[in-house]
Formats: sequence, structure tokens, C-alpha cells
Amino acid sequence: MMKRFMERGWRSVVAILLVIVFWESTVRIFSIEEWLLPTPSAIVRELFAVWPTFYPHLLSTLLLAVLGFLIGALFGLTVAMVLHSFDKVRETIYPFLILSQNIPIIVLAPLLVIWFGFGTLPKFIIITIACFFPITISTLGGLQQTNRELSHYMLMMGASKREMFWKLELPDAIPSILSGLKIAATYSVMAAVVSEWLGAQQGIGVFMTIATSSYKTPRVFVAIIVTMLLSFLFFSVILLIEKLLKRFVVRGGA
Amino acid sequence: MGLSIQGIQKSFDEKVILDGVTFDVQDGEFVSLIGPSGSGKSTLFGIIGGLLEPEAGDITMAGTSIVNERGHISYMPQQDALFPWRTILDNVVLGQELHGKVDKTQAKEMLEFAGLGDVIYAYPHQLSGGMKQRASFIRALLSPQSVLCLDEPFSALDEFTRLDMQKWLLKTWEAHRQSILFITHSIEEALFLSDKIVILTNSPAKVKEVIDVPFARPRDESLLLTEEFLIWKRKVLDLVAKRAV
Ligand SMILES: Nc1ncnc2c1ncn2[C@@H]1O[C@H](COP(=O)(O)OP(=O)(O)OP(=O)(O)O)[C@@H](O)[C@H]1O
Ligand SMILES: [Mg+2]
Repeated sequence: MMKRFMERGWRSVVAILLVIVFWESTVRIFSIEEWLLPTPSAIVRELFAVWPTFYPHLLSTLLLAVLGFLIGALFGLTVAMVLHSFDKVRETIYPFLILSQNIPIIVLAPLLVIWFGFGTLPKFIIITIACFFPITISTLGGLQQTNRELSHYMLMMGASKREMFWKLELPDAIPSILSGLKIAATYSVMAAVVSEWLGAQQGIGVFMTIATSSYKTPRVFVAIIVTMLLSFLFFSVILLIEKLLKRFVVRGGA
Repeated sequence: MGLSIQGIQKSFDEKVILDGVTFDVQDGEFVSLIGPSGSGKSTLFGIIGGLLEPEAGDITMAGTSIVNERGHISYMPQQDALFPWRTILDNVVLGQELHGKVDKTQAKEMLEFAGLGDVIYAYPHQLSGGMKQRASFIRALLSPQSVLCLDEPFSALDEFTRLDMQKWLLKTWEAHRQSILFITHSIEEALFLSDKIVILTNSPAKVKEVIDVPFARPRDESLLLTEEFLIWKRKVLDLVAKRAV
């Protein structure tokens, strides 16, 4: 595992290092002001300096994102299963589902504040919506495209609808479900930060807004980079789950 | 517990596919069904399995009609159709999970007997094509239904593996003696394995001829080279070819 990462991952690591070196040297050579574009080293320094005050914001966003993700995932999986089980409902709802996927959350956010105020409810709604769509769409896709040979076998053997679902359709859809979860995991962090812009006591989004309005650009970058790392962490957790469910994902050749 | 197919009629989009197909599979009998590609053999299986509804005709098992009912037969498809996330052991007990009780001890014994003892806990993608077909056949055997329907189970295998599989199937079947309905394209395979061969005509499919295969059991490979076998092969070949006239 580690070895494979070393074999494949080294290119990406080198690329990132090159970008950082380029960034650092460009800023220094052209002596760009820090409030316009800070150097990577300044950002790292800022991270350590600001960490004690930043830390509570991070925790608050983390909690919001995790809870929002879990609610969104639960909701998304349930809706997918319901749509899968009832053909008529699916045919009616599906076009709307695809259409509503194109509504940008950022536009939706202020509306939700108008409707639900500044509490935690609109925040959870935003994150849930962001997570819900990729999960529903990919789960439904997985459930609808069951391996035809396997389902023909099950039908010939007289499997009930219930047995078809639990023994075939659901396990066969696990790779699709996981890919939906992966997308949702990264969305959830982003959605959490966006939702905090609307007004919150704490969170990376709040930290970011304050830093921006006072032109503390290195702090904005700290927030951006930590948000990215958080997304990556979420993504890695799903990858870990994928490893645990390996037997459902590894299919081998035909 | 014989299976009786009586005057089955089936069309797709006005085109008649099966036209009054009638024949029996006696208790413990091995019956092969041969016919040109596209003549409707798999369609007939779909009807026996209750997936497709015939326009006319009846199918009975031990005297009771099973038309449009599912779950009365055990099935082995052309592609092995093993579940990639289940171990071989969990795969072969699937039929028992659907109907009846799971008996893993018996399943293990049968896997050992089939030479799959080392791969009981392996996953299908780790097995060769022949091994997968064996596992698939054991799954069909272990299912509690008394009639097995096999749809060209060996056609995806290479020549050598196929002969091995035919010998193995004979040996296994002769130990269990369940009723088998076996679709094949190979006259040689049909003669080697079965008690009775049903020959279908093409569009629409009717039963052209039912041949009783006279070779004694247990049979082995040497039968394939006897004079008698070749004479029968010629005979069946002529019957199949007669369609053109
Ligand atoms: N669901 C369907 N709708 C319309 N036509 C169909 C359907 N299923 C099968 N057919 C047609 O019925 C005919 C018989 O098909 P079937 O698969 O039963 O043939 P077969 O004898 O099993 O052929 P092969 O030996 O190649 O497997 C074919 O012409 C096929 O195109
Ligand atoms: Mg066929």
C-alpha cells in the first residue's frame, strides 16, 4: 500500500513542491505585498501564530460538516432506495432531481436564512442538500444498473423482490454508493464553510470573513488550506471504508 | 418429480418463436435440448422458470401446473453468474438461501469432491473458467429444487476444459441423479451426457424428433471413440440437417 503510493504518488508530491517553490520565489523576486499574495512560508508562520484562536473555529466547522454529511448521507440513501422501489415515483421525481442539482448552494443560502433565520437549521439544510444529491444520484444509478446475468439467475431461481434487493441490488451498488459518498464528503466541508458565511458565532467561514474584511490575507490562506486539508481528510475516511468493503469493490476481470 | 412441457406457444412482437413445444423430462432423467441458434431454447427456459408467460400450453411438475410460477426449478446459466462479493462457499449455498435451509457442511463436502477444496474461501475472480463453472453447477445441485435447467453451461469454455467438465458432470450427476434439462449446441456433448435428446426446428421452434440415447451408464471418455457412438452421431447430424429439405 505504502509502496504503491510511493511509486505513483511521488510525481504529485514533486509537482506540489515545484509549485510552492515557484510561488515563494515569484513573490520574493517581485516583492509582492503580503496583503495581496503572501508567500507559502508566511502562511505557515501565520498558521502557527494563529492556531490557538483558529482551533475552536476548526472544531466547530468539523462538527458541522460531519453531522451535515451524516444527515445528508442517511437522507440521500433513503431517498435513493425509495425511488428505486417505486417505479412511478421515480419516473415522476427523477427529472426534478437532476434539475435541482444545478441550483448553486451559494444562491440558495441567503434564501434559507430568510426562511429559517440564522440558527443551525439553515446550515444543516445547506450541507444536507449538498451531500444529498451526489449520493442519491449515484446510489440510484447503482441500484438501477444491476448486473444482468446475476439478476437473471436470481429471477430464474425465483428470488423475491426483497431477496433481489438485499442479496443482489444493494451489494452490487456498493461501488456506486461509495463514489457518491466520496463526492459528498468533499462537498460537505465546502458547504459547511459557505453556510458559516451567512452568519455564525464560530467556524472557518467566520474566521475567513473576519480575516478578509481586515485584509489579513495570510489568514485567509490559512483558512483555505485547512479547508482543503479537511476535505482531503473526509475523502480519505471514505477511501478507508472502501478498503474495508474491498470484496464488494474488487470485481476482477469478466 | 418429472417435468412435462405441453404445447407451449410463445411469440415476440407477432413473431411466433415456440409453436406447440411438447416433451417430458422423467424423474432422474438427463434430457438435452438441441436446436439452431435463435430457435427459442433460452426462451423456453424463461417460460419454465416463470419469467415469461406463454400464450398457450402448460408446464407441470409431478402433475401440478407451474406455469407463470417462479422458484420451482434450479438454474445454471451460460456465464457462471457467481456473485463477485461472495466466497465460493457462500456462492454455492445461495440457492439454499433462497429456498430451504443452508447446509454448509454438505456444501463443503461437495466442493471438496469437485476438486474445489482449496478455494472454498476464495472469491470468484480468483478461479479459472472451468472452476467457476463447477462452482456454478454445484450451486444448482445444492438448490433444493428437483429439476435442474442448464443453459449451454460449457459453451464458453475451451475444448480441453469442456471435455473435462463433461466427464466431471457425468460423474457428479451419476452420484446424485437429479432430473436435468440441458441446452447445448454440440451433438457430441448431447449424446455423451444424456438419456434423451430433443431436437428443435427453427422459426418457429417445434419438436422435430426425440431420440432415446442407448448407451449404458456409467459412461466414460472411451465411449466417444466407439463405432456405435460415431454411428449415432451421424444419425443425429442427419436428423438435424434434414431441416433444410
Ligand atoms: N425479450 C425478447 N423480446 C423480443 N424478442 C426476443 C426476446 N427474447 C428473445 N427474443 C427472440 O426470440 C428468439 C429466440 O431467442 P432465444 O434466446 O430463446 O434463442 P436460443 O435458442 O436460446 O439461441 P442461442 O442458441 O443462440 O442461445 C430470437 O430470435 C430472439 O431474438
Ligand atoms: Mg440461448
